[in-house]
Amino acid sequence: MLKVLYFANLREAIGFGAESIELPAGVATVGELHAALGTRHAALLTAKNLRAAVNQKMCGLDAPIADGDEVAFFPPVTGG
Amino acid sequence: MNAVAVQEADFDVGAEIAALSASDAEAGAVASFVGLVRGGEVAAMTLEHYPGMTEQALVEIVAQARERWEVRRVRVIHRVGKLLPGERIVFVGVSSAHRHDAFAACEFIMDYLKTRAPFWKKEQTAAGGRWVDARESDDAAAQRWQGGQ
Repeated sequence: MLKVLYFANLREAIGFGAESIELPAGVATVGELHAALGTRHAALLTAKNLRAAVNQKMCGLDAPIADGDEVAFFPPVTGG
Repeated sequence: MNAVAVQEADFDVGAEIAALSASDAEAGAVASFVGLVRGGEVAAMTLEHYPGMTEQALVEIVAQARERWEVRRVRVIHRVGKLLPGERIVFVGVSSAHRHDAFAACEFIMDYLKTRAPFWKKEQTAAGGRWVDARESDDAAAQRWQGGQ
């Protein structure tokens, strides 16, 4: 299983902030997961400057993912 | 006391600054920054974070500051939840032997926090809610540290 998290405007557009899914067949990177989830959550595909983290570390779309990982998608950060 | 905290509660600026140098005869300087909610058309602000990752990102930013400057104590507090204009959002305090390290480390931590720590602001105005867009000027402020001090 994968734990997938969404934050801020992405969370609002999708309608929830977390889901557990089976690792889709053929998905081995963050970018491939993004494309696979995009078929269910259009907001993932239309979001500008989307950021991602795997196991709570910022990463790029080419970062590998494996069963059991926590993957998060979110917009650029605006704290401080 | 943990160096970093993410919390809904307000903090006592005077107590935090005092704690940075309490019982430390080597501390010769304390620099601090307090970020506030600006008023104007914003009636309220809600801050969201990524529990776990946010705290870890702050710890890593503090560690990077310690590698660059001779600092003694560091304290970072960032509030989350609903905040009103004038309320405190963030505190960064640094103690050091000499002022340059405290000033520089404090500014570095704020610049990196604004671009690397997972927090998101949503403003409430008379027209409704809107998520704050990231600012290019914040990226530029963080990037200038990569060319040296």
